[in-house]
Amino acid sequence: MPGPYPKSPFRRKTVVSNRKPTEDVALGIRRRVFEHAMRNNGGYLSQACSAAEQLAWLYNEELNLGEPTLPMIPKPFAGVPSASNPEYHTGAGYNGPFEPQFDRLFIAPAHYALVAYATLIEVGRMAPEGLEMFNKDGSSVEMIGAEHSPGMEVHNGTLGIGLSTAAGLAYGRRLRGDTGRTWVFMSDGEVQEGQTWEAVQACAHHGIDSVYAIMDVNNQQCDGAMSSVMEVGDIRRKFIEFGAACVDVDGHDLGAIRDAVREPHAGKPLIILAHTNPFHTMPVLEERFPRLHYVRFKSEDERARFNHSIAADLGVEPIDYSH
Amino acid sequence: MIEMVSRPYAKAFESFAAGNPDILCLSADLTSSCEIDGFRDRHPDQFLSLGMAEQNMMSFAGGLALAGFRPFIHTFGVFMYRRPYDQLMASIAYPRRKVRMMGFLPGVTTPGGMTHQAIEDVSVMRSIPNMTILETGDATEVESICEAADSIDGPVWCRVLRGSVPRLFDTPIKVGEMRELASGEDVLIVTSGISTEEAMRARAALARVGVSFRHLHLHTIKPFDAQALLDHIGSVRHGVVTLENHVTEGGIGSLVAETMADAGVGKRLVRLGLKDTYAHGGSRGYLMRHYGLDALALVGGIEKLMGAKFDITEDDLAAARVDEVHSLVKAEAL
Repeated sequence: MPGPYPKSPFRRKTVVSNRKPTEDVALGIRRRVFEHAMRNNGGYLSQACSAAEQLAWLYNEELNLGEPTLPMIPKPFAGVPSASNPEYHTGAGYNGPFEPQFDRLFIAPAHYALVAYATLIEVGRMAPEGLEMFNKDGSSVEMIGAEHSPGMEVHNGTLGIGLSTAAGLAYGRRLRGDTGRTWVFMSDGEVQEGQTWEAVQACAHHGIDSVYAIMDVNNQQCDGAMSSVMEVGDIRRKFIEFGAACVDVDGHDLGAIRDAVREPHAGKPLIILAHTNPFHTMPVLEERFPRLHYVRFKSEDERARFNHSIAADLGVEPIDYSH
Repeated sequence: MIEMVSRPYAKAFESFAAGNPDILCLSADLTSSCEIDGFRDRHPDQFLSLGMAEQNMMSFAGGLALAGFRPFIHTFGVFMYRRPYDQLMASIAYPRRKVRMMGFLPGVTTPGGMTHQAIEDVSVMRSIPNMTILETGDATEVESICEAADSIDGPVWCRVLRGSVPRLFDTPIKVGEMRELASGEDVLIVTSGISTEEAMRARAALARVGVSFRHLHLHTIKPFDAQALLDHIGSVRHGVVTLENHVTEGGIGSLVAETMADAGVGKRLVRLGLKDTYAHGGSRGYLMRHYGLDALALVGGIEKLMGAKFDITEDDLAAARVDEVHSLVKAEAL
C-alpha cells in the first residue's frame, strides 16, 4: 500500500497542492457543501458525499497543474463567447495555465460544480468568497458549471460530452508533443449516453492513452437509483470491451484510488470506476433515498434535524442559517 | 457549354490542407463520398477516421480545436447536425471553436430521401449564435471553400457540392459579399447553391419576353450584408423572387423576407423552395422539377410576382445539365 503522500510520477513542484492531507481536503469539501446547503435550504449534498475523495485526490495529489491565472475571487459573468466580446474567458484559469507539461481536467457532470468549487477553495485555488457567489445572478460561479465558471474549461451541462472533448484534446496534445494528461471527472449516469461509448471507441482506435477518467459510480441519477431508471449492467466489462483499461475501486479509499491510477494502459484510456456511497459521511441523507440528486429540505424541522445530524458527523457546529 | 469539373473538392482540399499541420481532416465513414480518400491515402498524418459516431466526432473536434488545431469535418450535411446537434452547439458553436463543417449533399442533391437530405440545415445554422454559413454554387466556389472557411475566426458551416460540378464563376468566394450576376430593373432574383444555375438557365428566355432581371447569388448566408441587399431591392420595380435548395422557412427566402421587413420595404416577395415538405428519393432533376426548385419554377415565380404570363416552356430554357448518375464521379449516388 502506498503511504499517504505517494510519489506519483506526475507530482511535480506544484506549489498550490498538498498544503494539507487529502483526507482533510475531502472533509473540508463536505463541510463547505454542507454549510452551503444549510444556508440555502438545499444543494448537491449527495454529490459531496460520493465524490469528495475523488476531487480531493485529483487536485491535492494527482493533477499536475500550474498556478491559477485568474483572481482568487471570481470575476462577475463577463458575457458569452462572441466575436464582439473580448472580455470572455473560461474558468480553466483556476486550474492553471495551458502549458504542454500540465494536465487538464474536465468536470463532465456539471451539476457537481458546487463540489468542484469547494475543492478549489480547499486546495487554495479560489477564495472562500467564491462560494458565496454560487448561483447568484450576474455571477460566473454558476449552479451548473459553465465554461466561464471557476475550474471549468468547457460546457458539460449535457452529459456524455466530456469524454469526447477530452479525447479530441488529448489527441491534439499528442500531435503537439505535450506530456500533460487530459483528465475527466465523470459520473456513472453518463454511461447511459451513447456518446460515452463512441468516445471510448475513438480513444481505443487511435491509441489515445493520455486520457484518464475517474467516474463517481454512486448509482444515482436525477430520477433515483440508476438500477431503477435504466440498468446499465457491468460498466467495467463494457469499458474493457469497448477498448479502455478500467479498474474498480472503493471511491472512498484513497489508497485504492492511488493504486488504480498506476494501472498499465498503453494505447488505451484509463477509466477508474470509483464506487461510492451517496450518503457517505452523512448517513441521515439515506432518509431521502432514492431522490438524492438535489436535496431541498421539505420542512424547517427536517432542515434542523439534518443540520444537527450532519454537523455531528462532520465534526462541526450546526450551521446558523437563521439570518 | 458549361465546363464541368470532376471532384473539385478533392483537389481543392488537398491543395489547401496538405502540409499545414494545424489542419486535420476528419471523416465519419464517408471518406470517398466526401472526396477525401486521396487525401487520406497521401496524408495519413493529417487524417482521422472517427467512424459512424457523429456525436463523439463533434465534441472530439471541439477538443482538437482546444489544442489549437483547425479540424475540417467531412460527412453528409444532414449527419453533421441532426443527430449531434447538442454536441455541435456545446462543443463547437458556443465556444467559437475553429471547426469547419463540410456538409456534403445539400438539399435534394442526393437520391437518399429524407434521411440523407439536409433541407433545413441553413435554417438551423442561421439560428445558432457565432455560426458562419457558406454555400457553394459552382466548381470555383467549391475550389475556394476551404480557404474561405478557414479565414473565419469561429465555426463555419459549409454546404459543399461534389462529383461533377459546373463552373459558373471565375472568382473565388469572398466571405461576406454577394455575386451580382445580372443588373436588370424589373425583378430581383436571389439564389444560392444549385438554384443559381437554374436561374441562369432562365435568363435568356426571360430576356426574350422582356423581363429585365437583377440576379444575386449568395455564397455567404451568415454574416449577411443587409444593406447591399436592400440597395438591390431598391433598384428593381416589382419585387423579389428567391429560389433555394432548402425549405423556404429559415433559408434565404426567410433571410430576404426578414431583411425587407426589418427595413420596412413594401415590395412583393415570392419565395421558392421546398414548401413545408420533406422530399423523397430521386434524381436531382426529377426532384427539382417535382418540388418546384428549377428554372421553370422560377419563371412561374416571376409570373406570379409580376402578374404576367410569359408562355415560357421547358424548351425555351437553356438546357438542363444532366448528371450521369452511375458515372465514375458519383454525381448523385451515395
